[in-house]
Amino acid sequence: MPQPEPHITVTDLTMAYGTYVLQHDLNFTVNRGDIFIIMGGSGCGKSTLLRHLVGLKQPAKGKVMYGVTSFWDADPDERDRIMRGVGILYQSGALWSSMTLAENIALPLKEYSRLSKSEISEIVSLKLALVGLAGFDDYYPSEISGGMKKRAGLARAMALDPEILFFDEPSAGLDPVSAKLLDDLIIQLRDSLGSTIVVVTHELASIFAIGNNSVFLDPDSKTMIAQGNPRMLLKECPDPKVHTFLTRAGSV
Amino acid sequence: MQNGSGSTLQIADSTGGVFTVLLAGAWSIQQGLPSVEEALGKLKSGQGVKKIIFDCTALTGWDSGLLTQLTKIAALCDSQNIALDTSGLPEGLQRLLALAIAIPERKGARKTAIRDPFLVRVADATFNLQAGSRDALTFIGDVTLALGRLMSGKARFRKAELFFLMQSCGAEALPIVCLISLLVGLILAFVGAVQLQMFGAQIYVASLVGIGMVRVMGAIMTGIIMAGRTGAAFAAELGTMQVNEEIDALQTMGISPMEFLVLPRMIALTVMMPLLCVYADLMGILGGLVVGVGMLDLGVMEYYNQTVISLNLTHFWIGLFYSAVFGVLVALCGCLRGMQCGRSASAVGTATTSAVVTSIVCIIVATAIITVICNVLGI
Ligand SMILES: Nc1ncnc2c1ncn2[C@@H]1O[C@H](COP(=O)(O)OP(=O)(O)O)[C@@H](O)[C@H]1O
Ligand SMILES: [Mg+2]
Repeated sequence: MPQPEPHITVTDLTMAYGTYVLQHDLNFTVNRGDIFIIMGGSGCGKSTLLRHLVGLKQPAKGKVMYGVTSFWDADPDERDRIMRGVGILYQSGALWSSMTLAENIALPLKEYSRLSKSEISEIVSLKLALVGLAGFDDYYPSEISGGMKKRAGLARAMALDPEILFFDEPSAGLDPVSAKLLDDLIIQLRDSLGSTIVVVTHELASIFAIGNNSVFLDPDSKTMIAQGNPRMLLKECPDPKVHTFLTRAGSV
Repeated sequence: MQNGSGSTLQIADSTGGVFTVLLAGAWSIQQGLPSVEEALGKLKSGQGVKKIIFDCTALTGWDSGLLTQLTKIAALCDSQNIALDTSGLPEGLQRLLALAIAIPERKGARKTAIRDPFLVRVADATFNLQAGSRDALTFIGDVTLALGRLMSGKARFRKAELFFLMQSCGAEALPIVCLISLLVGLILAFVGAVQLQMFGAQIYVASLVGIGMVRVMGAIMTGIIMAGRTGAAFAAELGTMQVNEEIDALQTMGISPMEFLVLPRMIALTVMMPLLCVYADLMGILGGLVVGVGMLDLGVMEYYNQTVISLNLTHFWIGLFYSAVFGVLVALCGCLRGMQCGRSASAVGTATTSAVVTSIVCIIVATAIITVICNVLGI
């Protein structure tokens, strides 16, 4: 087995809104090719952690390292370069509502590639087809359902073939079959593109199906109380809170 | 302790420290609940209460109204170490009661409303003001930088969006601008006419309306209309994009929201506002003409000539200058409030309101400043 190569390293991260500390002293490493799960109950700060990882919010303390570069100490050009290798699927899809799906996906391509118009539109159609939305190019986000918005958001996140993909609750609001399809898609993306994938979720089925590493955030002690492969955590983690969460309070 | 539906809660006399709570009637939130303070007081003050049991033989119906009273009794028992025997209650009620008291209230979860002392609040307000001004200045700085990149041809936004915005804040505003400035011209002329007629100087209504509209009123009226119409729309649009994480998505994609969203809005409004102002000037003069011809018996040509004589290009340029400044101000306030918007529906409402209020205040203050400056310069 090849030596794991760290992709994102978080050291002593403290997240706060003003003086209200959400989580403190987070330390974990996401390796290249991992499917890394951030889990924890609602409101414990998972989305906020994601915002710290993708450079939308500055840490109150601590570092986020991409490879060997500390994101918040890098100059703006370097940050831009890092962010270009990142794709994000937001919790609500976050499609730009004044543009059609095709325009949404084409925008990053127009910004960062030298492709011609027709090449871009071919890539757009391909990405839409990959997420099962072939033919919806000219729809506006308000004209499609919630699950379709998620998938279109994913197509946009994948537009530039990013090295690392972030997902904020991808399966929330999807029916079980669509959620399963999305999980399969995530695994395929990792296997075929070799992307690193970070997923915020509390769907147990997804956690066990796709995750090979994870952190567990606890709202009471305001820090992470477990990390590792979710399946191993289920078997071995001594902390009762983690166990309760992973067994759905004993019902599984 | 009796009310419309006949529900009651009474405490029977104790036998050896065991108190029986007698429940009777149909308990219903809709019918109103009987007061139980007296009964609770009796339990609280009653000496030697060891156990509480329930007698529900006369209870004919219940809902969560009864449950709230029972949780009060349960809390009392908990704090005074009294045993609570719920076996006398209907089965469903027993289960609900168990559920309601199963998880004790988390300490610190309830928000305590602490009112700071007066001086602390004054200090807070001052610091907020300071932070607010700093945010506004940062925003203006960012817009200026974006404008700089536009000048050097590096700014990125969609041309199609710019044209769409120009259409929606220019052409589509024509009807309302038309109506309002026509009426303002009419009103100006009417007020002036009554006074000037006393001296037989009614022809000067044309000068009054012409100079008034062209020099300042046209600009102010369009400014205020656009603050309510377009400034509010900008704030609401950008605010909703903030709520939907659309602005985050732009940022993480390395596309500056300043260039992509704010810049086209600033340009569109700053370009369209003077054009609308010219239109408003014309409409105002038309309103004055209606009064002049209809009420003062002036001839159309006579009115027209008087207007042309009294107006000069200086008035016109000053009016345009006002309106360009208003365009910048309204677009700035709208975009600033939209970008500052929080992440909830009510935050969008606040942002919109605040955008309109700030724009109108800015318009009036700017008018005062420019007027004084013009006066000092003698133009
Ligand atoms: N902009 C904000 N200002 C202050 N508090 C916030 C803000 N955004 C989120 N929070 C608080 O942070 C907590 C965590 O939010 P979030 O990261 O969205 O949780 P989740 O784990 O459900 O994704 C919530 O309790 C929320 O009240
Ligand atoms: Mg979340």
